[in-house]
Amino acid sequence: MELYAILKIVWAVMLGVLFIGLGTMVGMDMGVGTLLRFVGRNDAERRTALNIIGPHWDGNQVWFILGGGAIFAAFPTLYGTSFSVFYVVMITLLFSMILRPVAFEYRSKADSKLWRASWDWVFLVSGFVPMFIYGAAFGNILEGVGYHFGWTGQYYQDESFLSYLLNPFAVLCGFMSVSLSIYQGGAMLMLRADNPIWARARHYAIAGGIFAAILFVAGGIWMQFLPGFVMTGPVNPAMPANPLHGQSVAIVAGGWMHNFRHHPALWLLPLMGVGCMLAGSAMLAAGRTVVAWWLGLGAWAGTITTVGCAMFPFLMPSSTVPNQSLTVWNSTASEYGLGCMLAVAAIFVPIILSYTSWCYYVMRGKVHTADVVNDTHSY
Amino acid sequence: MEFIDPNVVDLSRFQFALTALYHFMFVPLTLGLTFMLAAMETVYVVTGRQIYKDMAQFWGKLFGINFAIGVATGITMEFEFGTNWSMYSHFFGDMFGTPLAIEGLMAFFMESTFVGLMFFGWDRLSKQAHLAITYLVALGSNLSALWILIANAGMNMPEGAHFDPETMRMQFESFVNLVFNPDAQAKFVHTSVAGYVSAAMFVMGISAFYLLRGQHRQFAARSFRMAALFGIISTVAVITLGDVLGRLDYEKQPTKIAAIEGLWHTSKPPFEPWILAALPDDAKQENHFEVGVPLVLTPLITHTFDQPITGMHELEDAAGPRIRAGIEAVSALRRYGVTHSDADLTLFTQHEQDMGYGLLAARHAPNQDVTNIPEDQIDAVVKATQPDILPNVFVTFWSFRFMVFLSLWFFALFAISAYVSLKRRLEHNKLLLKLCMWSIPLPILATEFGWITAEAGRQPWTVFGWLPTFLSASSHGVSYMVFSLIGFVLLYSVFIAAELYLMFKFARLGPEHDSMEPHAQLHAPKPSAFDMHPTAP
Repeated sequence: MELYAILKIVWAVMLGVLFIGLGTMVGMDMGVGTLLRFVGRNDAERRTALNIIGPHWDGNQVWFILGGGAIFAAFPTLYGTSFSVFYVVMITLLFSMILRPVAFEYRSKADSKLWRASWDWVFLVSGFVPMFIYGAAFGNILEGVGYHFGWTGQYYQDESFLSYLLNPFAVLCGFMSVSLSIYQGGAMLMLRADNPIWARARHYAIAGGIFAAILFVAGGIWMQFLPGFVMTGPVNPAMPANPLHGQSVAIVAGGWMHNFRHHPALWLLPLMGVGCMLAGSAMLAAGRTVVAWWLGLGAWAGTITTVGCAMFPFLMPSSTVPNQSLTVWNSTASEYGLGCMLAVAAIFVPIILSYTSWCYYVMRGKVHTADVVNDTHSY
Repeated sequence: MEFIDPNVVDLSRFQFALTALYHFMFVPLTLGLTFMLAAMETVYVVTGRQIYKDMAQFWGKLFGINFAIGVATGITMEFEFGTNWSMYSHFFGDMFGTPLAIEGLMAFFMESTFVGLMFFGWDRLSKQAHLAITYLVALGSNLSALWILIANAGMNMPEGAHFDPETMRMQFESFVNLVFNPDAQAKFVHTSVAGYVSAAMFVMGISAFYLLRGQHRQFAARSFRMAALFGIISTVAVITLGDVLGRLDYEKQPTKIAAIEGLWHTSKPPFEPWILAALPDDAKQENHFEVGVPLVLTPLITHTFDQPITGMHELEDAAGPRIRAGIEAVSALRRYGVTHSDADLTLFTQHEQDMGYGLLAARHAPNQDVTNIPEDQIDAVVKATQPDILPNVFVTFWSFRFMVFLSLWFFALFAISAYVSLKRRLEHNKLLLKLCMWSIPLPILATEFGWITAEAGRQPWTVFGWLPTFLSASSHGVSYMVFSLIGFVLLYSVFIAAELYLMFKFARLGPEHDSMEPHAQLHAPKPSAFDMHPTAP
């Protein structure tokens, strides 16, 4: 296989890794945000919950920013097209996302009850909405999006946002993503909080894992009947990255099962996903929170890889002009760009993982409400 | 060339300017404050004197309030390229996305991970380890600026990429040219040092406020002196690097330099005056009045006494043939997309360098279609396109002047402040202290004017010489843009209100531990960081 094609595949895998990192790390913090008003019944408890992720949320959030940056660098046409086609949704995501850093830093810096209560609601919105949209976007993409390209490479949208915003399959995917984030956030709270936060978090996290499993299975069954996209003509994986020509694509009922039919071993991925969700809930029930946290990572990995393998090589199929669907082959950066980025990632990803782990190590141990309230550096 | 509603382009530009200027109110302060915090903490670790730890912690708290909004508004910037500038992302993303992603991997991850430890790790880390963390945060925020400005330099002076007719976009071809783009190097130092000026003025101004009130005198006097010295060095650097940038624009972006100087006709060295003030009229293409300093312009821009600077009318004339060739290039490119014939490719390659000028003609072509202009209308289209190569002269001219005048003011203020502070006569100079306090927002204003000069001066291009701004936007409807604009205005208004409230609150409250002022601790209840006691100073 040509080097360019290999680089494209490597970056498709890297994108998956970034999405898994995003789901696990950002999802965890957003889960804590969503749960904040429920696990903390008074101000001191809420501050305890916030300070558990206090030293880490900012670093974790970079997974999200890097996700955007990596799509921009490795899949520039996908970046411009997907963010634009989903304009209203993306802007809503953005509005809810940017409230969060401010909420963390500002919530506890003034004494008024109204001030703090308002920011607590902001945490709910800025935890729930982004995770919902994150999942729903995958659902929407699986259904295909109405767009086509002009000769210059400018995209044109063929459907209004209401038709993709409010469709049942996307809503299901959105709730699944929220459930997993509640699971992960709950597991983190259990790791580092005492009762009563511990007990409340346990309750929500277990439910989160079970809900996620149910929704994942339901979504899987639903997907059997969704129209899917398949390549019909000859494919040149090393083709110049241009969505205007070089592909022939058909929409086929059950098309998303195509890869699973040809490679039955892929069924291990959804099995891993469901297995991790259920086993994770069981571990939480047994109080084995560390194992449960890592099983959450497995759940995200199982989910993202299942979707990725079902769609491969599609990234965002076009329902109106299927031949112009954005795929791993036609929407990547240049060979040179992908190579450069890979070299940079090879150097920095291990460094990032090591200092992130060190950071968690330094801040290890339970967070006690009494300490939080007396510590002037805490949130 | 399919049609995008010009209102959508204007609204997209307005939204981008709004969000970028807003982001840029907070980022420069972050860049400088992190280094000042590192400097204060270094003194603490070396000398072991508690007051420097108090300083690092107090200014660190104000840094945190500022940093949060910097991060939040930065996320917006990254998103907007995709949501509002899809054609730009497609056309230039291969090259532009790379520095952006590297920024995340190399800089932003480091800064964001360690900023948590910087706030939460005081009791968990050794002095030295905490100091190292503070330096990493400073390094991270400045590296962040470096990569962002490398990306921006690609838009201003695209080097290290070439247009590929197969993929219809700029293909990235040289990492070295991307990173060592001279514009990136000069702009990085100019911009980050401008951030140090903002931070120095911020610390100096708030310290002046305490000195005026006679509070935290030891603490404030030390902070003041440190900031004044930091400020004078930074201001000198900012002015020097600004000069380098001017020289670069003279070579690579003649339209920007001509607009900055309000130069409608090519200069006649060596006596050409530097225009101090004028009223440039974009419609009539002339200045209504001019006040100038003779002899200065030529050495200022060219660093020689005999090289002319091309004026805007001459630049317009020179663009005519390029527009004509560009129209041929774009037509050949479009045919090539269908035919893939060698003849079309050859024709395109001949005029490739002028392609952008052909695209620029789209606005004046019948049906916005450059590839299908009747022979007899080409002259008219070219003529109508020529004035489009110029940026808005009034805006570029005056934003540059405000920036320069402000920087001269900073130079004077820092120099006098440093002198008076070293003579230890600060508290007798009420007027100076007041001026310092009231100057806090001015460096931020100056950096905003700097951004406007650089970016308004780049127009009509998003990728200079290659992709016009009006073709770069996403093909949205106006309603989408109204929706997002209203949202941004509401959200950002809440942010700024909250930020100002907390900044004023904590600045008034002063350092919570003031080890040099036992008096204050005896008489006033020690304010906890999150409580605002009515008795607190």
